[in-house]
Amino acid sequence: MNVTININGKEYSDDVEPRLLLAHFIRENANLTGTHVGCDTTSCGACTVLVDDVPMKSCTMFAVQANGKTITTVEGLAQNGKLVPIQEGFHEKHGLQCGFCTPGMMLTSVAFLKKNPHPSEQEIRWAISGNLCRCTGYVNIVEAVKYAAEKMAEAQNG
Amino acid sequence: MAEAMGFGHSVKRKEDARFLRGRGNYIEDIKFPGMLWLDIVRSPFAHAKIKSINKEKALATPGVAAVITGADLVPYKLAWMPTLMSDQQMVLPVDTVMYYAQEVAAVVATSRYAAADGVAAVEVDYEPMTPVLDPHKALESTSPVIRADKQSNRIWHWEVGNRAAVDDELANADVVVAEDIYIPRIHVASIETCGCVAKWDPVEGHLTLYMTTQAPHAIRTVVALVTGHLGLMEHKIRVISPDIGGGFGGKVPVYPGYVLATAASVLTGAPVKWIEDRTENLQADSFARDYHIHGELAATKDGKITAMKMGVVADHGAFDAAANPSKFPAGLFSIATGSYDFQKAFAEVDGVYTNKPPGGIAYRCSFRVTEAVHAIERMVDVLAQKLEMDPADLREKNFIKPEQFPYKSATGWEYDSGNYKGALDKAKAMIGYDALRQEQKEKRAKGELMGIGISTFTEIVGAGPSHTFDILGIKMFDSAEIRIHPTGKVIARLGTKSQGQGHETTYAQIIAEELGIPEDDVAVEEGDTDTAPYGLGTYASRSTPTSGAATAVACRKIKDKARKIAAYLLEAREDDLEWEKGKFFVKGAPDRAKTIQEIAFAAYTNHPQGMEAGLEAVDYYDPPNLTFPFGAYICVVDIDRGTGQVKIRRFVAVDDCGTIINPQIVDGQIAGGLTMGMAPALLEEIVYDENGVNLTGSFSDYLLPTAVETPKWEMDKTVTPSPHHPFGAKGVGESATVGAPPAIANAVVDALSHLGVTNIDIPITPPKVWAILKEKGVAL
Repeated sequence: MNVTININGKEYSDDVEPRLLLAHFIRENANLTGTHVGCDTTSCGACTVLVDDVPMKSCTMFAVQANGKTITTVEGLAQNGKLVPIQEGFHEKHGLQCGFCTPGMMLTSVAFLKKNPHPSEQEIRWAISGNLCRCTGYVNIVEAVKYAAEKMAEAQNG
Repeated sequence: MAEAMGFGHSVKRKEDARFLRGRGNYIEDIKFPGMLWLDIVRSPFAHAKIKSINKEKALATPGVAAVITGADLVPYKLAWMPTLMSDQQMVLPVDTVMYYAQEVAAVVATSRYAAADGVAAVEVDYEPMTPVLDPHKALESTSPVIRADKQSNRIWHWEVGNRAAVDDELANADVVVAEDIYIPRIHVASIETCGCVAKWDPVEGHLTLYMTTQAPHAIRTVVALVTGHLGLMEHKIRVISPDIGGGFGGKVPVYPGYVLATAASVLTGAPVKWIEDRTENLQADSFARDYHIHGELAATKDGKITAMKMGVVADHGAFDAAANPSKFPAGLFSIATGSYDFQKAFAEVDGVYTNKPPGGIAYRCSFRVTEAVHAIERMVDVLAQKLEMDPADLREKNFIKPEQFPYKSATGWEYDSGNYKGALDKAKAMIGYDALRQEQKEKRAKGELMGIGISTFTEIVGAGPSHTFDILGIKMFDSAEIRIHPTGKVIARLGTKSQGQGHETTYAQIIAEELGIPEDDVAVEEGDTDTAPYGLGTYASRSTPTSGAATAVACRKIKDKARKIAAYLLEAREDDLEWEKGKFFVKGAPDRAKTIQEIAFAAYTNHPQGMEAGLEAVDYYDPPNLTFPFGAYICVVDIDRGTGQVKIRRFVAVDDCGTIINPQIVDGQIAGGLTMGMAPALLEEIVYDENGVNLTGSFSDYLLPTAVETPKWEMDKTVTPSPHHPFGAKGVGESATVGAPPAIANAVVDALSHLGVTNIDIPITPPKVWAILKEKGVAL
């Protein structure tokens, strides 16, 4: 089946099997390997991408379901080489260790902060509870999301 | 120019740049033109005869290039492979399956989907056999012996200490306590599973193996030993460990998938990729613990511990494929005397074969230290309960005192340094211990269940001294090779391999501290056996104690040469020069100085006649002793009498890892370790049914903590530098995983101790607690 998917502002068209997972289309057809697969069962969230701005676990969605949609992956976060606040936050607050869960964690956070720009700690913890991290114990990920929220608020007000 | 920061600075991680942009290079990101995918047919039975394997339909499946069975491997002597424990493990079974989800055949195809189709089309006819699943029963003389190549299900018996003296003390002591403690099978479950890409070059007879391994050099040597008879020599093998998405011990052993991908690449002449999925990962490899412990302590009636005895039955599964140093089949379990001063101790462990996948690897722990710590920290609480003493007071009464270091333990270790009371005092003050005990008393009177648990653990890490420590005969030194370029920039290569620990940053900080060269000017490389010096890899909290030490020593060798060059340039005597971070200057004339960068340039452009050009050094560091990080953890829990739910209200962790290189990274290691310590205490367990089928093959059944279950850890430090490490560091990656489980278990038992509860095996799940509440008549 022919699909055309806009990923990070660029259109990718290909003839794919109906069973091809979106995660594999992104990684193998579009060669964007920042999206990771950690569990195949929608549990870990490493494969989270934004589909029309909504965080989706791309291991549990077929590529054909994303036909005509607009997707943001981790490669689409930084603008003109400049990190966006969530990326800055992960760096400043040491929100990543092995880095494998980081792309999904950041994309979940980006969508969350859009909906809730001034979250409490508990709200952040619930927001990222569909994304598993084995290295950090989440402490610094929560701090990174707080950092991004503050940075975005400053930019808005300033 | 950027400044050299060095120790004690939270330098932001150099490796973050690529990970934040999705530009990491993990195993699954590696691909080559014409690459094939390998997928594995796995056994639905824990024990079965293979009557036949029919490949025909699989071979007729579109895209399938080859199907490999055990029989195909026999002519190449590859159906079995050696383990790191000097046992043998099946790569593929020829006639008998030994555990559920065992590899039975491999399918190689043009895509991952075609390979999966091929796996579904392979027809295997099994004749099920009764599995042996209980390690105690496996040791009985009536049990069938599960390995056709062995005489018994007992793999080995290991013991340490003076049994007679301990038995005598247990028979005559004022007080004796005994408890059975089971630490179940668990799984490291790094978010990246295991995998490899094998690339065979038939013209050069050369193999490149990209692989999720924590120990690339050791793996290359093992591959050479396994395949040498086929003409594949060590100089024709290059193992590259790319970015690794978490290791925790699960990526130390050799798994059959790695060997199958290599064989498939040789067979097909194409690069072959194997990536296990999560279910395969949770069902077939990377298993830890599974220790059945019987602990006994003897004490005087006023609470002085006089003897300890530990007996363990260790379920290692069908093959002894753990990754312990060769002289330590039960790892470093003999650290079970803990932080306490007594001179009579005895521990014995029996390793046992069962029809389960190989077990006994580490779960973010230095070779069975977690098991030892859990056993002694639980037993100390059992003793406190019996003596009706406060568990903090009992610990304090028995601590090895600061002036007793170096301390020779009853099981033969020489503890390098420690201040256990200092750490406990700090933790007690942070959490407000006395007030909590008062609150507990008041709550108890009202029928509310609140518990306070302490763990004052001692680790033993940084393996290790070559006189005692080797894996398959390879001594456990580690290495650093540092080369300063003419412009003063640096390439450092090490024998270890980061899996998220931040080596690219912390090794650069060691060089910045030692040579005054800014971290930004240092490139750190690991994981490529063609370029890095030989080393045993990263696990057991050994990178800083070994390669970190090697880095400092190599820097000091460089500094010795730099002094000679500086003396030449300054026309001064070497003795007249003094070092200040980043430069040599003439005593009393600080403006007569040469920076390390000027010296480096001179080393290539203007070095003294007769001196070898260049500025570089390599060091293979053989640690004189292990290091002994320690800590004091206090946990407060509240138990819901309606549901049995345990809620961690507060958790204070005071750690001592000696000299701290990067405080932010150290705190990151501890916060992550605490969460990975809470996980087996409250959530995680690999469960088998009566047929040996693994019931926990997904993250819906094997529960990793999310951000919601994870409490806000309260962390602090004491600093007691290691006296023998070049800069006093001890290692920190695993302390919290080791120290946290008994603090949590002790808190839960403490909440229920007035009801006569003395032990609850981890994981302490709501159903388990609910059953106890019901039995004791306190459930709501």
